[in-house]
Amino acid sequence: MSETSINHDEVDIVIGALQLDLTSFMEEWRPVFSQFHLIIVQDPDLKGKLEIPAGFNFDLYTKSDIDGVLGSSSNAISFSGYSCRYFGYLMSQKKYIIAIDDDCIPAKDSTGNFVDAVAQHMTNLSTPATPFFFNTLYDPFCEGADFVRGYPFSLRSGVDCGLSCGLWLNLADLDAPTQALKPELRNNRYVDTVLTVPARTMMPVSGINIGFNRELVGPALLPAFRLAKEGNLRWETVEDIWTGMCVKVVCDHLRLGVKSGLPYVWRKERGNAIESLKKEWEGVKLMEDVVPFFQSLRLSTSAATAEDCVSEIAAAVKVQLAPANPIFARAAENMVELVKLWKRARTQ
Amino acid sequence: MAAIEASKSSTPLLKDELDIVIPTIRNLDFLEMWRPFFQPYHLIIVQDGDPSKKINVPEGFDYELYNRNDINKILGPKASCISFKDSACRCFGYMVSKKKYIFTIDDDCFVAKDPTGKEINALEQHIKNLLSPSTPFFFNTLYDPYRDGADFVRGYPFSLREGVPTAVSHGLWLNIPDYDAPTQLVKPRERNTRYVDAVMTIPKGTLFPMCGMNLGFNRELIGPAMYFGLMGDGQPIGRYDDMWAGWCTKVICDHMGLGIKTGLPYIWHSKASNPFVNLKKEYKGIYWQEELIPFFQSVTLPKDCTTVQKCYLELAKQVKAKLGKVDEYFNKLADAMVTWIEAWDELNPSTVLANGSTK
Repeated sequence: MSETSINHDEVDIVIGALQLDLTSFMEEWRPVFSQFHLIIVQDPDLKGKLEIPAGFNFDLYTKSDIDGVLGSSSNAISFSGYSCRYFGYLMSQKKYIIAIDDDCIPAKDSTGNFVDAVAQHMTNLSTPATPFFFNTLYDPFCEGADFVRGYPFSLRSGVDCGLSCGLWLNLADLDAPTQALKPELRNNRYVDTVLTVPARTMMPVSGINIGFNRELVGPALLPAFRLAKEGNLRWETVEDIWTGMCVKVVCDHLRLGVKSGLPYVWRKERGNAIESLKKEWEGVKLMEDVVPFFQSLRLSTSAATAEDCVSEIAAAVKVQLAPANPIFARAAENMVELVKLWKRARTQ
Repeated sequence: MAAIEASKSSTPLLKDELDIVIPTIRNLDFLEMWRPFFQPYHLIIVQDGDPSKKINVPEGFDYELYNRNDINKILGPKASCISFKDSACRCFGYMVSKKKYIFTIDDDCFVAKDPTGKEINALEQHIKNLLSPSTPFFFNTLYDPYRDGADFVRGYPFSLREGVPTAVSHGLWLNIPDYDAPTQLVKPRERNTRYVDAVMTIPKGTLFPMCGMNLGFNRELIGPAMYFGLMGDGQPIGRYDDMWAGWCTKVICDHMGLGIKTGLPYIWHSKASNPFVNLKKEYKGIYWQEELIPFFQSVTLPKDCTTVQKCYLELAKQVKAKLGKVDEYFNKLADAMVTWIEAWDELNPSTVLANGSTK
């Protein structure tokens, strides 16, 4: 069993700024964020100057930086709205990235203690994952737990964790129809666990509160698929759902783990679910079709890196999904472009 | 939407549709603590060990009790498939039950308290789990979407939100966790104090270690798969009865499109069995497991296995063909699996179970 400890200087915290005044957000997170290097990316569609309080070590990227990097790349790639944080992933030189939406503040656990979401993501990423057999006591590497009777010994060393998916108290990451039908529904349940999502099991990866090993899975977390009229409320996006399925396929293939559960963040009220229902639904319908594709996708044994995997996924998207809808052809092209951008960014 | 909310407010008792199966070799004193929750139900007590010993059942419980003599009388030569001197004998109780649901619990399991200090009605939670659908085809990050206060998250395919019927509800344990002997030896003082407030479906294609200490299942949907194998007296292995049943059950549930949930409810497990005794029982299992797991992970059942019995008999065939070479024990076990199904069908004659669609 290998446990590594992560140094703070191996981590970038990436913040996609979709609002100009980041003061209250940053102040809430100050005890945590002040220890790390931050990458702040301003939504290129957001006009004006960001307000960032003093005392943080950060690099800021704006529309001009994004345009500079994209340069002559396909016009279809966009880092606007929630996708802006992906630009931060691209620019980072660190091994680990943790990203939290700018409408989320630290949560309190069930005993009222401040939850250091960054520390929990770091713990998740530095302890092994167990995707090949389900442990009924969940994470066997955490204090006070272990593998249960009947868990094969040969699987107890686990594998590296590529992705850590956190959760949300108060406003959970529900879709618009669900929230519209249950306007009072708030998530008050603090589930004190982390678990590994088994290999070959698909899941919705929410981009709201996430950590990942950039070196291992970075290229899979880039914004290839967007709704035609993607909005700047989470209810109006599916970009993270698409990349989430890609990254799960990549992790399954590379024998990396994906964890889900702690940490929680507290997500503030924003937007109106019923209003969001009026927006275009084409993308959400399309996502239904892609699920069987991702569930059955198998990559070749020669795909040994995330770049290789993403290239193969793009090729499969082009062959299997694109004929049904040009939006997939664009997604496949974007994925190829983004891998190129990724490789270029790494050599700089 | 409002009407659905109203009907969620109370869980049905199912008192005429559920049997509680308890294997015991000692006594049933633990039932006193469970009385408020168990008294409405019919109990099936399976007495292991010396049949001449009198097991006292506390006053006021409605029960039937079977000792080894009863088992031999009822099953005749087929009684060979029921273990002796091992709690695996409990599966005899599943076979003789006439109810739709089974809850089984060990006699060293007591009522636990949740973090607010409230006593947990484990049976009620199992019923909730069994009466609401499972979601094995896509993982919901907020766990069971049918629980009060939860739902499907953004990105969860709408076409999969109806779920599938739940066949098994696997509960957990506070205090003494269900560790194997080596772990017990290394961590004799470790106690499970973490209350994880979640129920979740174990995804299709993923195996898990099923513990029989605190378990509910829909007997009509999956009963014949819940054979707890040949353990104990005269057998080379122990403490793998529930594991074996769990792997067979999971493979069959995956094939038939049924769901298995794990998580709540917790019970309080009070007794840590002797780790040296356990090691002796588990020893072979620890090695054999390494062959068994790849076997179960790669098992495929043909499309014409449309009932649980057919699936199970096919599994028995494959056990013999592929595991017989691991040890002679597996030949015996495969035969016992067939005997079990024969006995099940004999005792449950009208149940050519309509087990729903085959996915």
